Amino acid sequence: MKILVCVTSVPDTTTKITFTDNNTRFNKAGVQFITGPYDDYALARAVELKEKLGGTVTVLNVGSADSDPVIRKCLAIGADDAIRVDAEPTDAFFVAEQIAAIAKQNSYDLILMGRESIDYNGGQVHGIVGELLGMPSISPVMQLDIDGSTAKLTREIEGGKQELEAQLPLILGCQEPIAEWKIPNMRGIMTARTKPLNVIPPAGNDTLTQVVGYELPPARGSVKMIPAEEAETLIRLLRTEAKVI
Amino acid sequence: MSVLIFAELDEGKLKGSSKEAIYYGSKVAESLGTAATAIVIGQADSAELAAAGRFGAAKVLHAADSKLTEANGMAYASVVAAAAEQEGSTVVVLAKSSLGDAMAARLAGKLRAGLAANVVDLPNLSNGFRVKRSIYTGKAFAETELTADKKILAIKKNTITPEEKEATANVEAFSPALNDSDFVLKVTNTEKATGDVLLPEANLVVSAGRGLKGPENWGIVEDLAKALGAATACSKPVSDLDWRPHHEHVGQTGIKISPNLYIAAGISGAIQHLAGVNSSKVIVVINKDPEAPFFKSADYGIVGDVFDILPRLTKAVKAL
Repeated sequence: MKILVCVTSVPDTTTKITFTDNNTRFNKAGVQFITGPYDDYALARAVELKEKLGGTVTVLNVGSADSDPVIRKCLAIGADDAIRVDAEPTDAFFVAEQIAAIAKQNSYDLILMGRESIDYNGGQVHGIVGELLGMPSISPVMQLDIDGSTAKLTREIEGGKQELEAQLPLILGCQEPIAEWKIPNMRGIMTARTKPLNVIPPAGNDTLTQVVGYELPPARGSVKMIPAEEAETLIRLLRTEAKVI
Repeated sequence: MSVLIFAELDEGKLKGSSKEAIYYGSKVAESLGTAATAIVIGQADSAELAAAGRFGAAKVLHAADSKLTEANGMAYASVVAAAAEQEGSTVVVLAKSSLGDAMAARLAGKLRAGLAANVVDLPNLSNGFRVKRSIYTGKAFAETELTADKKILAIKKNTITPEEKEATANVEAFSPALNDSDFVLKVTNTEKATGDVLLPEANLVVSAGRGLKGPENWGIVEDLAKALGAATACSKPVSDLDWRPHHEHVGQTGIKISPNLYIAAGISGAIQHLAGVNSSKVIVVINKDPEAPFFKSADYGIVGDVFDILPRLTKAVKAL
């Protein structure tokens, strides 16, 4: 089983988002970067499958050297080696082309990633990679088991879930509860230092979108508190004042 | 060169979010000096299809091949790509949804189209083709220029309120050749709640957290939701504890929603939860802890015991 796990380096979920340079750049000052939470689920399941079935797990990130701590952590969790495409991940199509170029040179049985990155929330990369490689893509996947060359999986649908079977190779966007997040142990952290991290230049330079500026949502007005003993007033206010019911 | 809208069906009816997408697409078409065409895939009667005209579609292409009955993002993308080619469409609009997301990404790959997801406003055409989209799970917006010839806009719920008009769309059968390679996933089981309001489609949402103390107490949440015609939702701990199914979990790693009304009972309001709900128009927070951070992000707040307050609210709704 040869598995590629694509990971993003994103601001911690508790980050207060701000921008600089006249709202044209994300303000990285004081921001803790983490592995994308959904990517973390994908990696955890990949490591479990490797432990069960044998094989290798390669981690792939498109990003600058700022991503290296996140990549080392993935290696400490159990990936065998890593590739970093040395470029800013500016656009989903660009990132998908990088993944597809690497996948074409290495026949992976599974390409896993999070259902979406938590910075741009596009949820597009797995589908575009699937199209570029002519392979099926499925997302969001909540359970995954491999039986020979068949994947048995569960994806979330609106209001429920669906069980599917498909032949490998596959590209999957993952989410909870596909696996429990793994925390690296000391041995993992020590061995991660010597595992290969290959930095390669990007293939091509195609972007189809470009961010020209950012803004923050307007602040909400102050909260109107209703005493518990008059709770029923809320319903009247929702109808006559907020006009939402 | 019409603007093409992918309109999604749920049990033979156009989804509310897709009606918004049709209306949005018709507005984009107006700005571009062209017409709006909707592509509908699956079984629906002709009156339902023609009703797309009420939201601004001049024409509906209907792909009703029986192979397309199961929602299949890959096959749907091929059908929509064929429709875009036939119509010479360079702009495709759809509503964000579970199926729409899968379809849009494959379509972007096929057409080499620039795809903007979570779009929250009509495009600005005064300087290129720019859209505003929600990023960082609702914590910010990015003004994004779509630089490719072909463009796909996946709009977030409540981006636009359709104004209905008396019109019917011309319905044309659409039967493109289907590729076997799009039909390689075998569905072995589907579990879907029926009869309930789908959470991503809901205008009103009643949500609850660990303050409810256990899954056996959800009756008071469901009662209020039912009285309002709302969907039910929950916080991440509740879904992690298996008190409620994962498809009800709203927040940073769950579903992101933007209803008109979000009522949160017994949820303290961690930043990760807020991220999934902060684009709701009106937020009501009910919590016994007056220090719960969620009150700072609410429009209305009640400090009180959810076991006392929720049934009283249900009674008040029924009395309306």
